[in-house]
Amino acid sequence: MTRPAEAGGPGWPAEPGGPAEPGGSALARGFAMPAPGDTPAAAGRPVNGGPQPAPGQGETGPPAGARESLPDDALIDIGEEERQLAICELLGRLDRELVGLVPVKTRVREIAALLLVDRLRRRYGLRSSRPTLHMCFTGSPGTGKTTVAIRMAELLKGLGYLRRGHLVSVTRDDLVGEYVGHTAPKTKAVLKRAMGGVLLIDEAYYLCRAENERDYGQEAIEILLQVMEAQRDDLVVILAGYRDRMDAFFRSNPGMASRIAHHIDFPDFSAGELIRIAEIMVEQERYRLSPDAHQAFREYIELRMHQPRFANGRSVRNAIDRFRLRQAGRLVSAGVRVGKDDLVRIEADDIRRSRVFTQDSDLG
Amino acid sequence: MRITQGTFSSLPDLTDDEIAAQIQYAISQGWSIAVEFTDDPHPRNNLWQMWGLPMFDIADAAAGLSEVRACREAYPHHYVRVSAYDATYGRQTTALSFIVHRPAEEPGFRLERQEVADRRIRYTLHPYVADRPHGKRYEWRG
Repeated sequence: MTRPAEAGGPGWPAEPGGPAEPGGSALARGFAMPAPGDTPAAAGRPVNGGPQPAPGQGETGPPAGARESLPDDALIDIGEEERQLAICELLGRLDRELVGLVPVKTRVREIAALLLVDRLRRRYGLRSSRPTLHMCFTGSPGTGKTTVAIRMAELLKGLGYLRRGHLVSVTRDDLVGEYVGHTAPKTKAVLKRAMGGVLLIDEAYYLCRAENERDYGQEAIEILLQVMEAQRDDLVVILAGYRDRMDAFFRSNPGMASRIAHHIDFPDFSAGELIRIAEIMVEQERYRLSPDAHQAFREYIELRMHQPRFANGRSVRNAIDRFRLRQAGRLVSAGVRVGKDDLVRIEADDIRRSRVFTQDSDLG
Repeated sequence: MRITQGTFSSLPDLTDDEIAAQIQYAISQGWSIAVEFTDDPHPRNNLWQMWGLPMFDIADAAAGLSEVRACREAYPHHYVRVSAYDATYGRQTTALSFIVHRPAEEPGFRLERQEVADRRIRYTLHPYVADRPHGKRYEWRG
């Protein structure tokens, strides 16, 4: 009933050849953050190893390793703390695996820094309320919202704000029932499945159908709100969808808007970024674009971007699948002997036969 | 008289932390969790009432614990237990079952001796609360 959390769009596993991660603080590259030298306070204390406080047992904070607070004059090495929590690695992966999306990466870094500092404060016994972590990702299709949500779940687990760090991706159908009394158990079952991780509600605005007052969506929203408030320690809800519709959704559900702390807008990719994405995808599929094909693809993207139903990273992926199809057709119909190079190379002709070049309004 | 049924029942009552840890263990074994309740403490009463549906695909104990809490709140004068089912045998197999809530006061059982033919004696257990109406058995006044 639920789609698996697929990494649609421009996400792909780390490949060798990306820019190497420098050794320093991953957060500090986002903005200046002083990293004091080594201090005795941070040495030799396992941060993750301590016994975990029980889930949801009165404890408002995440499982912080340190039980007793540090003396007021102790110093903590932020860089060391980051390394122990593997934040550098996670943020580095986010940087490498996702092309472009600079504002998104900056926001993720900011959130990571806030949570890290919150964690450090806790070690001095400075207890503040647990930050609200529910988020809203807005942007066109294929801009990497699901991929960033997966990374966010890992990041929050690394920082100790989630216990499992898995992602459950749902849409309206998974939450809203078909008859009276069906919605509540359905929504609750989904929420239970997402506990300890992230619940990603794709196109969340479909939950609310203002024109139909007997729609069960409102019931699902109420249950969601209740759990988002009461069990903040147990799960993080991320709403995803188009910017304008999401704004309208928040206008009609002020309760939902007030419970969401972070609004992250995913910009559309530029032509250059799309080409870079395509290069990585092609390489990952063990194909290669010939120089002519490279030029053809550049033209293809320029045309395709301005046609309807363009879905950024996802369109690039589909385009590459069709290039492979045409390449295979070309090789088979030629019927001659082929070598490894022929099987790997995508020619300009495979791209130029796309309908994008011939028709203005149809998909290629 | 304290009822001892299921795992851990000879130990002091489990705290919520301990209950969560046990639920998490069951999840890690791939067992599904169910919350059940009853006010009939007879040891041969195996079929308790279900609190909602069993939870098949949860990842974290918080989901199970929230149901335990909800059940406790709705039935403060009942016994509540968590059962974990192991489906790998292809039939309903209880892998773990433990009481997570019990009434404040447990009056216990009466031993009944029934004299039958040839001066033989048949023994049976009768819960004192069974004389009270179902649903109100543990709600003492005063």
